[in-house]
Amino acid sequence: MPSNNLSTPGHFVADLSDTPIAAIDTIDESEKARSSWSDAWDSMRVRPMFWIATALILVILLVSLFPGLFSHTAPNSGCLLPNGNGGPEAGHPFGFTRQGCDIYSRVIFGTQASVTVGLLATLLVTLFGAIVGALAGYYGGAFDALVSRFGDIFFAIPTILGAIVLMSVLPDRTSITVALVLAIFAWPQIARIMRGAVIAARSSDYVMASTALGVSKLQILVRHVVPNAIAPVIVVATTSLGTFIVAEATLSFLGIGLPPSVMSWGNDISQARTSIQTAPMVLFYPAAALSITVLSFLMLGDVVRDALDPQARARR
Amino acid sequence: MTKEQIMSIPTVADETSAPLLEIRDLQVGFKTQRGFVPAVKGVNITLGAGQTLAIVGESGSGKSTTAQAIINLLPGAGKVTGGQILFEGRDLTKISASEMEQVRGGQIGYVPQDPMSNLNPVWNIGFQVEEAIRANSNLTGKAARARTVEVLQEAGLADAADRLKQYPHQFSGGMRQRVLIGIGLSARPKLLIADEPTSALDVTVQRTILDHLATLTRDYGTSVLFITHDLGLAVERAEQLVVMYKGQVVEAGNAREILANPLHPYTQRLVAAAPSLASRRIQSARRPETTDHMAISDIGASDDTLIARADKREAGVHPDLITVDHLSKIYNIRQRGFGKTELRAVDDVSFSIAKGTTTALVGESGSGKSTVAKLVLQLETISSGSITFDGADVAALKGADLLAFRRRVQPVFQDPYGSLDPVYSVGNTIAEPLMAHKIGDKKSRQARVRELLDQVALPASTINRYPNELSGGQRQRIAVARALALKPDVIVLDEAVSALDVLVQGQILTLLTDLQAELGLTYLFITHDLAVVRLVADNVCVMQKGRIVETAPTDDVFDNPQDQYTQRLLEAIPGAHFAFAR
Amino acid sequence: MWGYVGRRLLQLIPVFFGATFLIYFMVFSLPGDPIAALFGERPPPEAVIQTIREQYHLNDPFIVQYFYYVGGILTGDLGTTYSGRPVSDLLVQAFPITFRLAMLALAFEAIAGILLGLIAGLRKGKFFDGSALVVSLLLISVPTFVLGFILQYVFAIQLGWFRTTVSAGAPLGDLVLPALVLASVSFAYIVRLTRASVSDNLGADFVRTATAKGLSRRRVVSVHILRNSLIPVVTFLGVDVGALMVGAIVTEGIFNINGVGGTVYQAVTRGEGPTVVSFVAVMVIIYMLANLLVDLLYAALDPRIRLAK
Repeated sequence: MPSNNLSTPGHFVADLSDTPIAAIDTIDESEKARSSWSDAWDSMRVRPMFWIATALILVILLVSLFPGLFSHTAPNSGCLLPNGNGGPEAGHPFGFTRQGCDIYSRVIFGTQASVTVGLLATLLVTLFGAIVGALAGYYGGAFDALVSRFGDIFFAIPTILGAIVLMSVLPDRTSITVALVLAIFAWPQIARIMRGAVIAARSSDYVMASTALGVSKLQILVRHVVPNAIAPVIVVATTSLGTFIVAEATLSFLGIGLPPSVMSWGNDISQARTSIQTAPMVLFYPAAALSITVLSFLMLGDVVRDALDPQARARR
Repeated sequence: MTKEQIMSIPTVADETSAPLLEIRDLQVGFKTQRGFVPAVKGVNITLGAGQTLAIVGESGSGKSTTAQAIINLLPGAGKVTGGQILFEGRDLTKISASEMEQVRGGQIGYVPQDPMSNLNPVWNIGFQVEEAIRANSNLTGKAARARTVEVLQEAGLADAADRLKQYPHQFSGGMRQRVLIGIGLSARPKLLIADEPTSALDVTVQRTILDHLATLTRDYGTSVLFITHDLGLAVERAEQLVVMYKGQVVEAGNAREILANPLHPYTQRLVAAAPSLASRRIQSARRPETTDHMAISDIGASDDTLIARADKREAGVHPDLITVDHLSKIYNIRQRGFGKTELRAVDDVSFSIAKGTTTALVGESGSGKSTVAKLVLQLETISSGSITFDGADVAALKGADLLAFRRRVQPVFQDPYGSLDPVYSVGNTIAEPLMAHKIGDKKSRQARVRELLDQVALPASTINRYPNELSGGQRQRIAVARALALKPDVIVLDEAVSALDVLVQGQILTLLTDLQAELGLTYLFITHDLAVVRLVADNVCVMQKGRIVETAPTDDVFDNPQDQYTQRLLEAIPGAHFAFAR
Repeated sequence: MWGYVGRRLLQLIPVFFGATFLIYFMVFSLPGDPIAALFGERPPPEAVIQTIREQYHLNDPFIVQYFYYVGGILTGDLGTTYSGRPVSDLLVQAFPITFRLAMLALAFEAIAGILLGLIAGLRKGKFFDGSALVVSLLLISVPTFVLGFILQYVFAIQLGWFRTTVSAGAPLGDLVLPALVLASVSFAYIVRLTRASVSDNLGADFVRTATAKGLSRRRVVSVHILRNSLIPVVTFLGVDVGALMVGAIVTEGIFNINGVGGTVYQAVTRGEGPTVVSFVAVMVIIYMLANLLVDLLYAALDPRIRLAK
């Protein structure tokens, strides 16, 4: 307890051995260096959700690239009407559709369409939205005004509503056109996010410091502003991959997405509704595949957001 | 431990008055990702009725945590793990949540640190004050409204009745702090906890508000527990002092006595570093590299340098490196509708800086001092007047010439958290100016970065680290190293030490002084803190509302201020006239 | 406040013209014969084509066509359906049903979503919070039409608690199940948004100060935490109106409701282009107006916006 060397009554001084003083402001050299990206990685890798989502996504990507590896039955060969709505049997674990096609192989081969649309739309939206948003936010002025007003117009049309109109007049409907149409109406969201993040980074002290050091404007954009503004875009891109897949399925469900000739979960679900009363499982399997795929990307987006958000922690 | 033994623990209370608040062996910790981290380790504090006590310490010392623990305002992860907090004999760590609600506001008031974030932005001022009154009294309806006005008027808002319907964002920082003080005192509590109540405010505003607070608490007989990092403020406002370091009390007792005669090595260190009006310019321990024509003897170097400097100034041996002539900067501010108003941020400012000296630009927020810094750095365009650097008109510089200018005039900004790119490693940060000016190859840049790290006294291993791993002081060293990379002539220091704890601040100031002596640097030192100015500057320009009101050598400004505003600024420095132990 | 309202209205004007132009442009100015595109593989009789060419002034230059079109929208002439019925007539009939459905969904998602989000946010890291997060993720990943079929199958077909399809007048009782389906995704988003916002505000300085005043926990939560957390939720509602519209197309299709969504659904699946375009244009306009409303609500909730110069 205290009170070892009271100089005067009521003047307490702690014993130096109880309260050792350290050197001012030293660096702990034993700790390993940690960039904010490695911080993010560290926070992600300890979360089971991250590994579950990553594993699922890898499997889904593998299935969509090499469906033949997962199903020996070609999806449309051997559709026998007598098998219509039949239950599972050997070699056909999920049973049969109304037309008597193997549900399992249709689910496997349908993966490609959904994943292609999701990836392609995300890629287009992210690239275009991020570039346009970054330039608008960074250079400001007339270009910014033009891009922002233009974006407002596209933003005023909900993505799927716009896609419904455009898809119903498009002569040919493929994975690429569906992705393109979705991207046309979805880019302003990413552009807005990027623009906001770039404006925040642009007015930061480190940008002012770099300007005063003589770093050129373009270099500052590439080396400081974009790396600091990209985090929210990555998060939204990951999540929107899932929502694009839902959008494609919704369009296919309405009959204006991918044509029936293309195998896709949306088409299968749409066709299964006619037999929902008698064979709900026909609807269940493609719906489950769709939901698991979307869920995987949403989970990944969640983990990534939690990991990147503490960027705000930089200020502590 | 028996009850008698607990009672016999010596306290610093005035024996004659029964203690109002007695904190015994308080332990507080925080749950973090790396486990449970103790923040307060066995703190004892005693405060008598009607007394004022200040807890001082640097950030991370546990002073705010101690204060918040009293009325259980700890953030979610914080927890009292041991000890007692006796308020009028009742242990506050043991009472129920609803009993604590009775204590808060009614018995113990609280004034928080940051006036900008402590009022709810979506409710008007009247609502937020009245809410406190209703919670701690039986007043309702008109009576509560009348009391609200009264409380605000007492807190120093004369036109309170007209401003009840206004929102926090329509109030200035000082006004908001008055509102918070009004809320804290609205129920006439027996104890007021004031956690850095004025740290975010200008010194002159701080002085008025603290004076007012002192009057109120004296009138009501309220005990006050100040939490502050400012020793001057502590000695001026509190009778009792508790010095905290790393969660422990290192020294406690009469404030004046401790600061005049600190006994614990940490307190001694803290007191020695505290800038005050009695401070003198820091002298470099290093010798100038350049073969200066004035040889300085080893013995009595400091006095000689001081005299030499003064001689140099008077004789004008060194020519002016920077001349600012009738400089103005006007911003057009858009008004409601389409009108515009002019804001003269910098208004007809003239001064010059001789090579190898430090000129300080001092002023409160809105004085235009930082705008001058940006104009000198050519980060903003000049509205009228001119800045001449080494004979060339700075505003006319373009392309390669501008780049050459940037190479010679480097900045260090205020916020060491904001001025370093968080995704850039220290090595890349320091090497950036070298790359921008295409100096050297990868290898030679690496070598230069190591050299610079050594110059700012950081270990070479720092090169791979990232800003978020470093403390404020370390980041500021990195910023200084980056500024030095191009061997500049001038460094513009914009509030470069304002965000730092006093010991770290002292370290950085010494570093800057050493570098100046070693490299013959010229500094433009922008600050709001007059006390710091005395430690580093040769000349001072005092700014108010965009204009320079006084320009003079540092000692003249402090010993014989001519302008009224300068006098007010000097008067407002807390503990200005207290003779700290040296 | 009124300055803010005026500015919002002014901003709406170019967006209105831009969005209608965009829709019109997509339909009538893309390469190929718009009539053929609108009707797909089933070309209508020559008489219908002539009517449409006249109706859309397809023989005039494009920009003139557009102004005829906008003029029509502004004067209440929204075109005709495939069968020649004025869209405005159909709208008058269908709109109240969809409005009722949307309001029911909105009420459900807002009340339940905010409540669950609040509880989850206050108990961040606890079991309830974890389950709320998982459930919300699941709800978002199951597309509305899948959930529609599942609920229809379980509650209407298997359990018989609800009718499989909604009767002609769309009474409120019949709309409960479709409204739940329609609300599901937005409900999940609102839970997540409220939760994040509540847990942010929980650590805010002004909440600590409110506690220090001696306010009860209940009052701190309702007056300070919840009140402030509503602001982002309200902003979300603007975007959400768009999601509800798309959701209404799907939901009304599944439950066979004769609202605006159901009409669009029928038109889309039957390939009746003109009806789709007319109705979607109306929906986009409603969406813009709803967003204006949300902006005003936002201003009412946040004095910093309302009183900004």
